Amino acid sequence: MSHGGFFEVPSDLQNTWWGLVGWQLQLTLVPVLCGLVIALPIALFCRRFGWIYPPVLGVSTVFYAVPSLALFVFLIDWFGESDLTVEIPLTLYTLVVLVPAIVDGMRSVSEDTRAAAEAMGFGTLRRYFQVELPIAVPAVFAGLRVATVSSVSLVSVGMLIGNEGALGNLLSDALNYHRPLLAWDAVLSIAVIGVLLDTLLVLARRLLTPWARKATAK
Amino acid sequence: MNIFGYAQQFFDAPGRWSGADGIPTRMLEHVQYSALALLIALVIALPVGLVTGHTGRGGNALAVLATAARALPSFGLLVLLTILMGLGLTPVMVPLVALAVPPILVTTYEAMRGVDPSLVDAARGVGLPWWRVLAQVELPVALPLILSGIRSGAIQIVSTATIAAYVSFGGLGRYIVDGLSQVDYAKVVGGAVLVAALALATLGLFWLLDRLLVSPGVRRGR
Repeated sequence: MSHGGFFEVPSDLQNTWWGLVGWQLQLTLVPVLCGLVIALPIALFCRRFGWIYPPVLGVSTVFYAVPSLALFVFLIDWFGESDLTVEIPLTLYTLVVLVPAIVDGMRSVSEDTRAAAEAMGFGTLRRYFQVELPIAVPAVFAGLRVATVSSVSLVSVGMLIGNEGALGNLLSDALNYHRPLLAWDAVLSIAVIGVLLDTLLVLARRLLTPWARKATAK
Repeated sequence: MNIFGYAQQFFDAPGRWSGADGIPTRMLEHVQYSALALLIALVIALPVGLVTGHTGRGGNALAVLATAARALPSFGLLVLLTILMGLGLTPVMVPLVALAVPPILVTTYEAMRGVDPSLVDAARGVGLPWWRVLAQVELPVALPLILSGIRSGAIQIVSTATIAAYVSFGGLGRYIVDGLSQVDYAKVVGGAVLVAALALATLGLFWLLDRLLVSPGVRRGR
């Protein structure tokens, strides 16, 4: 029996290696983007009303503690074995990383800067988007990097709920057919995707914060 | 039935609170795996983080290392190592340790870098050797942040130690994995609830540690 090469996906998965990669990217990036869109207003509220931040942190920590596998299973009840079942828990995990990252980033904005913005007549919203958020960009991106890279690797757990794990689906075949190469394929491909996405985020941050480079180059 | 119904059904089941598959046994196993993994992660990450943070060198290398470790899928690593090495504790420990090392390492480094340089200068100025500067000045000031790094590592370990059950080990993951294969949702939900409770207890433990270990002067400054 021929065992196929690194990029040859067993026929029972009915997919190509590139197909699995695309699927992996979708299952990773949709949650991260949704998480970012949801985290921004939550962080704004936490910034504006300081007292809700500790309870928000508490609730999100509880969510983070629920194992991804269990959340996937809960959601099968509502969404069946679909992409959504994987994407919703990952979105929640993303929030747990992003909300504190954004809030802490904005807290690092100095009192002087905030006072200056106020003196120029900036309202809360405008100050948030034009002053605090840009200054918080490095912290936000630090959060985005963690959220993205963890999501990439968490997707593989979706394999357990009926082959919803993209590249992770290779893992069950690796065990069932005892083909270590498939496990190597899954682990290495996922790790490489994680590192590549991380690199892209670093580049994006550099583009978004041209002033940071000037400050360090002095 | 909803999730609460399932949970109730699980906790009310006979024999749930004793025996080899009882909650106390599974809980203890889960705590043991988690504690061992955290200990190994601490032994690896803490000294490296402290020293690199103290000298300020190797930050980029650390960031790359941490990203690489984070990118390794825990579940994939578990399956791969189990295929390569057979059933055993090592295939379980490696992914858990790889999970906790990045947060501990990176936060420790950042915490040490974040210590006010004038404090360090003053300590050097009064003639403290480097190891006393590190142990008596930098470490106490950086401790709250370091603890938060260890905390997130610990919580990730606790919630991921469930995967040990996939390769025949015990712990609370037993309920989730068994429940999945027996199509017994009550069991899955019960296991998830217990893991979440344990993670919350971990959170509480670290809050307590923070109260006990962080010097009052440092806390006041926060």
